[in-house]
Amino acid sequence: MTEPPIIELRGVSKRFGPTYDAAARLTRSIASRMGSPPRNETVRAVDTVSMTIQRGEVVGLVGESGCGKSTIGRMVAGIMPPSEGQILFKGRDIARLSGRDGKDAKLKVQMIFQDPYASLNPRLRVADIVGEAPLTHGLVSRANFDTWLDAQLHRAGLDPSFKRRYPHQFSGGQRQRIGIARALAVQPEFLVCDEAVAALDVSIQAQILNLFMDLRRDLDLTYLFISHDLGVVEHLSDRVLIMYLGRIVEEAPTEEVFSHANHPYTRALLAEVPRIDARKHRFTAITGEIPSPLNPPAGCHFHPRCPHAMPRCAVDAPAFREIAPDHHSACHLNEVPA
Amino acid sequence: MNATVEVRNLRTHFFTRAGVVKAVDDVSFSVSGGQVLGLVGESGSGKTVTGFSIIGLVDPPGRIAGGSIWYQGQDLAKLSEREMRSLRGNRIAMIFQDPMMTLNPVLRIDTQMIETVLAHARVSREEARRRSRDALGMVGIPSPDERLRAYPHQFSGGMRQRVAIAIALLHNPDLLIADEPTTALDVTIQAQILAEVQKLAVEHGTALIWITHDLSVIAGLADQIAVMYAGRIVEFGDATTVLDRPLHPYTHGLIGSVPSRNKRGERLRQIPGMTPNLLSLPAGCAFRMRCAHADVACEAEPPVEPRDGRDLRCCHPMDQAA
Repeated sequence: MTEPPIIELRGVSKRFGPTYDAAARLTRSIASRMGSPPRNETVRAVDTVSMTIQRGEVVGLVGESGCGKSTIGRMVAGIMPPSEGQILFKGRDIARLSGRDGKDAKLKVQMIFQDPYASLNPRLRVADIVGEAPLTHGLVSRANFDTWLDAQLHRAGLDPSFKRRYPHQFSGGQRQRIGIARALAVQPEFLVCDEAVAALDVSIQAQILNLFMDLRRDLDLTYLFISHDLGVVEHLSDRVLIMYLGRIVEEAPTEEVFSHANHPYTRALLAEVPRIDARKHRFTAITGEIPSPLNPPAGCHFHPRCPHAMPRCAVDAPAFREIAPDHHSACHLNEVPA
Repeated sequence: MNATVEVRNLRTHFFTRAGVVKAVDDVSFSVSGGQVLGLVGESGSGKTVTGFSIIGLVDPPGRIAGGSIWYQGQDLAKLSEREMRSLRGNRIAMIFQDPMMTLNPVLRIDTQMIETVLAHARVSREEARRRSRDALGMVGIPSPDERLRAYPHQFSGGMRQRVAIAIALLHNPDLLIADEPTTALDVTIQAQILAEVQKLAVEHGTALIWITHDLSVIAGLADQIAVMYAGRIVEFGDATTVLDRPLHPYTHGLIGSVPSRNKRGERLRQIPGMTPNLLSLPAGCAFRMRCAHADVACEAEPPVEPRDGRDLRCCHPMDQAA
């Protein structure tokens, strides 16, 4: 039997909306009976997303702000539960795991955040930030703590003599290393990196990306790498998923996406990535903005901005289907008979 | 050549309790109308302070400690505050990185834009409103008449930045300083804004100083590139020359660390170490602690010298180092 994927999402949705108390529910139901249906206040941040990630893979998740990519990352990392659908870790639904199994599954999936300034407790020393969770979970004994901590910091490229310091005494790149050391301290198998290098300077970004690649090799890690930077994703990922307004619109091996992009949104996105090899480039733009997820367009979410939109795009949501081996795309253009 | 702005040996220092921070130290460049200068550097390299120095917004404890800035042949240091105010926001405009900080959160967009128009033009309120509406339309904001009556928080980040750009463009400035205006924006919005400023440079002949750490944006936009490190320009020249044949080891390292310049999945070439603290800079070349070619010669400050079509501040350029 083949090994189950390390992470699998089955029809996962996430809605955010106000919670109504009894009075608000009553007002809303009276209003709708009187012929003025209440305004929809629920955001569908993630809309029936399915994906599988195999052990050892690096999967890039790309999209613009508000497309739901961070929400997926948070659900995978167990920070928030999905509204619908299942998230499986090694073939087992994490929502149904309890006790020791549930704790283990949570520890095995860790997250690294975008903002190294906001994701570290400013009043804890580095030693406590990195060491708190492993001590609590009994992964390291008090007796061995000091040597263990030095090794953890060293692995993330930090000088162990800094362990008594506070986060504000570090630069942005070093703080991101503290976040990495904290995530790795509980011996995870899966890392969710949410825009982990977006806030860093170019030269520091390269150092952190190299660290990610070294750690992947040394610790046999699997990554979900969330980013809006296609250059970074192209460099790091084995497979790329493109998201638009809560849905995955295209999925393919990295080289395939960058050489044979299928979905009009992916193509538009790729066309606009500034490239260092393009000189005096004439910039153009996709018309319009990403619509509000409160009120997404019917049918294909991208149709109001799509240069190839047909009448049916405004009505039917296109199916996410395989158009070449391992290459999936959700676009009606693929269904036009040849 | 008739430069719109010429900066000569500019030194902007901050006199703090901890010591003198030489944020800008002996910086010289010039930009002509219709030209785009890309000012590239990492955080703390002094690129923003250079922009602030030109537009006259350096606050104490900082001050311009030396050098001069010439705008269309006049020395900006010789102007009175009143004369400077008539240029600022009118002939010289600046776009800041964070649009939420630029816009007043308690005033409607129309109030802020009309105020800007009336500050520099003797026109009626209706005319000012019309110009504001046209400026919003120009930067691609849909239904500008309605949006004029909105408050800043009712706009998305990309929209807000476009409002800030529209305000900067109200008087068709001769010199536009843009400080990382697209860094916080998505690629599709970034492309829209880049298209807009390119149009401005071509159609109106505006001189543009584009401050960024993103070499990929600069590659597509700039005519000339100035690379700053620790308050100094280390390499300055034609964009193609600098990007294709970088001579300073720092420029070379920066370009090398861009992911698309590396083979997929392989380790990126990286510059070792960190950006230095401006309070405790080493004597001589500021980059020598991170430089593979550094030797005793680098302990003396390297002068700016012309070399292979650019100005270079380095004792061991890449074409010499074996």
